[in-house]
Amino acid sequence: MKKIKLQINNESVSIQEGSTVATAIFESDAKTFRKSVSGENRFPLCGMGICFECRVTIDGVKHQRSCQILVREGMKIETDG
Amino acid sequence: MDKMQTDILIIGGGAAGMSAAMSVAENSNLRVLIVDDNPTLGGQIWRSEMGKIKSPEAKKLIEKIEQNEIEILNKAQVFAQNDEKSLLAETPNGAVQMHFEKLILANGARERFLPFPGWTLPNVFGAGGLQALVKSGLSVENKRIVVSGTGPLLLAVAEYLKSKGAIILLISEQTSRMKLLKFGLGLWRIPKKFFEAIKLQSKLQRTVYLTNSFVIKAEGKENLEAVNIVQNGKNRRVECDFLACGFHLVPNIELALMLGCEIMDGNVLVDKFQETTLENVFCVGEPTGIGGVELSLTEGKIAGLSAIDKKEKAKELFTQKEKLQRFANALNETFSLRDELQSLPNEETIVCRCEDVTFGKIKDFNSFREAKLQARCGMGSCQGKICGSATEFLFDWKNESVRPPIFPVKLENLVD
Repeated sequence: MKKIKLQINNESVSIQEGSTVATAIFESDAKTFRKSVSGENRFPLCGMGICFECRVTIDGVKHQRSCQILVREGMKIETDG
Repeated sequence: MDKMQTDILIIGGGAAGMSAAMSVAENSNLRVLIVDDNPTLGGQIWRSEMGKIKSPEAKKLIEKIEQNEIEILNKAQVFAQNDEKSLLAETPNGAVQMHFEKLILANGARERFLPFPGWTLPNVFGAGGLQALVKSGLSVENKRIVVSGTGPLLLAVAEYLKSKGAIILLISEQTSRMKLLKFGLGLWRIPKKFFEAIKLQSKLQRTVYLTNSFVIKAEGKENLEAVNIVQNGKNRRVECDFLACGFHLVPNIELALMLGCEIMDGNVLVDKFQETTLENVFCVGEPTGIGGVELSLTEGKIAGLSAIDKKEKAKELFTQKEKLQRFANALNETFSLRDELQSLPNEETIVCRCEDVTFGKIKDFNSFREAKLQARCGMGSCQGKICGSATEFLFDWKNESVRPPIFPVKLENLVD
């Protein structure tokens, strides 16, 4: 199956086509998806776009739900750490 | 702003929505448009695995939808009403205005999550939540997983994770063995369900299945390291990599609420023909009451026929629906939540994950509205979709006032 290359916090990650951005982040060295308002590390909870815990910045656009978005070649993703 | 025009607009491309779409297409020449927020059709129960749907039943339905040239708008989140006959959705390409004659709501359900100490730790997931993540590529090979909460979903999730190489340490089900037995005996009356249950059981033979049991605490320094499980007053600590924890389902009623449909006992109120209290607005599947895939399919068929005024034909499905409804009622009763779960959170346990509002900060309020206004509980990005269903159970609060946009949208789309 085809691999997609993307950047997560400036790290190059290669992942199967059809994966979501959330999956790619799990595969990366990122320590967290987002930091909560009191500074806790948060990972996805619901996996279906309801809880908003998996929010990251994708190609400069903030607050994107990584569990609902499929990876694209050359995507630039930033997490909160 | 892009504009789309259709006769029958269906919100939600899961079992109920697709069934309604086919019901219209097979019995009329009207135009149908399905709008869904996911990248592919199938909804949650038939969520695709790396873009591919596995269920033969779902595949057949999707094939039919394609053959009948039903229009599909994916990755589109409905966030507001434009006027009585049009809704607004956000897509990756901006906002879209969708005009319709009749509307069928098929928004599905989400998992209920209940707060307990440590539930915000990384690697604590929903049960269906973890399954969805694995279906989109997350590897669970050799991961030690505890599956907990309540509902038939726990067994299905455990079996799925096991098939993907996970080590299922145990399944912890809060309901009692007695209730399960009673429900299990009832399955005799519905052979298909009975055989599904047997099949699941045999695949999970060597997996520990605790009843009367629930997770009281998740521990870990940075990520999850262990959970504490209680059964019949006895505690045990189980080291694990992931916790998959969900407490059955809650209907997605926000859109129906925003439109002004009447809600009863947390479900969208519909008549026998699936019509809501608003004329020309129908509702099918989980938002009318948690009932599972078969009931969703049947309700979809009925709504499709009702929407095109073939009510006599719709009536032919009533007996089938009643039978499935009885099964759904028995299921919901079996997995109703035990009161002890209300005392799981302590003062410091976060209830609202968006705004980090603790149990201690809201426990003395009288309503969700008070907790919102005075402690910001439910004021974050998820707009109370997670803590609203938790506090409904914890305090018997109702979160039934919604305001557009019902999902956060980009400012440019709101202005547009």
